[in-house]
Amino acid sequence: MWQELRVLLRKEIMLEWKQKYAFNGLLLYVLSMSIVIALVFRDELNPSNWNLLLWLMLLFAAINAVAKSFLSEKPEQLRYLYTLARPAAIILAKFIYNAGLLALVALLSLGVFAFLGEQHFHDPLAYVGLVLLGSLSLAANLTLVTAISAKAQNQSTLLAVLSFPLIVPLLLMLVRLSDTALTGTGANQGEGFLGFLLVLTVILVGVSVILFPFLWRE
Amino acid sequence: MTKQSPLRITYKALAVALLLYALIYGLLAEIPVSPQMGSQLGQSARNLLYHVPNWFAMLVMMGISLYHSIRVLRLTDPDREQTENPLRADIKANESARVGVMFNILGLLTGIIWARVSWNVAKEATSFSAWWGWDPIQTCALIALLIYLAYYLLRNSIEDPEQKAKVSAVYNIFAFMTLIPLFFVIPRILDGLHPTADGGAVLFKKEGMNNLLRTILYPGMIGFILMGVWIYEIRSRATTLRFRWQEWQSNQEYDNSHQS
Repeated sequence: MWQELRVLLRKEIMLEWKQKYAFNGLLLYVLSMSIVIALVFRDELNPSNWNLLLWLMLLFAAINAVAKSFLSEKPEQLRYLYTLARPAAIILAKFIYNAGLLALVALLSLGVFAFLGEQHFHDPLAYVGLVLLGSLSLAANLTLVTAISAKAQNQSTLLAVLSFPLIVPLLLMLVRLSDTALTGTGANQGEGFLGFLLVLTVILVGVSVILFPFLWRE
Repeated sequence: MTKQSPLRITYKALAVALLLYALIYGLLAEIPVSPQMGSQLGQSARNLLYHVPNWFAMLVMMGISLYHSIRVLRLTDPDREQTENPLRADIKANESARVGVMFNILGLLTGIIWARVSWNVAKEATSFSAWWGWDPIQTCALIALLIYLAYYLLRNSIEDPEQKAKVSAVYNIFAFMTLIPLFFVIPRILDGLHPTADGGAVLFKKEGMNNLLRTILYPGMIGFILMGVWIYEIRSRATTLRFRWQEWQSNQEYDNSHQS
């Protein structure tokens, strides 16, 4: 299992390193979005709205980043992959890779966004933690949904339709919690919900690992 | 098809009796008007009896759908013995989700009307916020509707029936697992108007909701659930018959083409 996971992860990273378009495309997207928002709003953006815009940007970055994982591979390629490794290892490798990519992109965009918006954090450590946790749970949520939509026609539309209702509650929660970390106002019950988010992410990954073997078998 | 068993007749009779009881007695009984409720709620509190049961019926139908989705996956597993055609389980999962969607829409509609007369009386009737207030529970209900609409979109975009059964079962299980925990937590994070939310209206807590309402609400709830099961049973039986008819027809065609 470990061996398979390591090899699969290496394959993902090598592929990315060779092509480089996914990561660079995401960076460019984040950068141009930040510039547009900074240009349009100048000093008029209050912290809560800034927070909301950051999460919206991260949401679209996440969907673009994760869409690559199953949709860009041809069915023949996937079939070949399925003969080599166990399905649980494949979905776990995809999840870890997606989570890593998302976390990296999220941290970078947080930096750019905070720099351009001249944002002061009430609790910077908690905010960074929330962004990391958010990218983890977004990746956990999106990885299986991408695998599902790869099975159908009109894949990219379907990915958005299938994933948005699943993500909206998560996003609502993340926006509210990070707003508290940013401004220091609001209900101070963050720790309990942080634990909940972590548990939810673990559950999502577990359910994905259980369900994925049923999905790839034809 | 076998003859109707006594149990089946009993539950249908019970559904009719409980629904009639909830409908007639719910409209005739005297409503408690506590000072907290005041003029704001008044007689519209009766809507509790016809709004809340929808959600419990919806949850039960979604639970049935989840159960049959799990069965689809078990039946398509090649390591296990196939005791039944997985497509039959898929029909059941599909039809129970459909009845669940019906209850969801009914719950949303009764909620919208109730919100209009209790929370948003002061607002202009033409404004959007007079009918919809983005209360967290309301939002969760809307998201649940979107999920099941997405489920149907997914079903429509896969051709092969077995593949369709499997993929939509996976989505159904995954969606259920992600949303149910969130629906219990979100109303606690965001302030709302529903009585269950912290800091929300306290109308139905303790004294507000007295025994009289309870004696109507709970039987009515069971009545709604039984009615849902009834509709689901009829629908899934009809679809199963259609499925078998098509199967039979294609077999006939196959035989004919081989004879000639």
